[in-house]
Amino acid sequence: MWLAVLSMIPLVAAGDVNRFWYALPLIVSVSLVYSATRHEDMKHILVHALRFGAWVVGFMAVVFVLLYFVSRNL
Amino acid sequence: MLPSEVNLQWRLIDLAKPHRYEFVAKTETATSPAEQPKIVDGEQFTVDLRDPLLAALLAWLIPGLGHIYQRRTAKGVLFMVCILGTFLYGWGLGGGKVVYAAWQPEIRRWPYLCQVWAGLPALPALAQRTMGNPFGETFMAAPKSAAELAAWQKELSGNFELGTVFTMIAGLLNLLAIFDAGAGPVGSVPEKEDKNKPDDRPPPDDESGGDDPTTTGQSSDPKTNP
Repeated sequence: MWLAVLSMIPLVAAGDVNRFWYALPLIVSVSLVYSATRHEDMKHILVHALRFGAWVVGFMAVVFVLLYFVSRNL
Repeated sequence: MLPSEVNLQWRLIDLAKPHRYEFVAKTETATSPAEQPKIVDGEQFTVDLRDPLLAALLAWLIPGLGHIYQRRTAKGVLFMVCILGTFLYGWGLGGGKVVYAAWQPEIRRWPYLCQVWAGLPALPALAQRTMGNPFGETFMAAPKSAAELAAWQKELSGNFELGTVFTMIAGLLNLLAIFDAGAGPVGSVPEKEDKNKPDDRPPPDDESGGDDPTTTGQSSDPKTNP
């Protein structure tokens, strides 16, 4: 697993992968808006958004690793 | 308490699963404080939806405006900043060319069906389409041909797609905000839907809209709402 992560470092360092940063504002925005439709109190909204954002990042990381391995030999 | 208010009490029902909440009804005829369920870590709030239809319309026109109309200012500002920010960022990222309405076979713009939910910021594109470019030939105007669209995509590289995705997501997020303005937070149930509860509300004589269906919140869980 760690080998897989280490092997991704050159890929992440490459210029093309910098487009991943565009996901950051989207994740923040989606997390906050989604959480705000489930709570009224700002503290609960922020806590929910933090958890939701972490979940999205984790999900994206898993999908990234899967796609990386699938496309490794292409 | 105004009849058009939702008074809900969130209660953590399972410490092991902190995301799970349930509504606990809290009405004017509620049981004594000693009989109230113990709140471990919860959220209690009152929401006055005022005119839900008007709020939903305002929320569609300008993201967050419906909530500001309902005096839910913090959420309104949050929606406004997040949704408008996402939309405008995407629009800028796409060189101002990613929001347009076109229905010709070669340049049919399906993403606009998502973008249009962002409201007023996306409506000029519809006006450009239906009224013959009243805002000029460049502002939110559709490409004249598939070749011009291809030129845009080549010029903007991947930013055309990125901008399209940002503006689409902004529109879809505003759809959530519209529902929140029209029906309150997810899980709230209008009082009149509860057939078992006697209607002990005062007559609708206040200016906030007495016929507002969203009143005292009730639990949808039969265990907490016998």
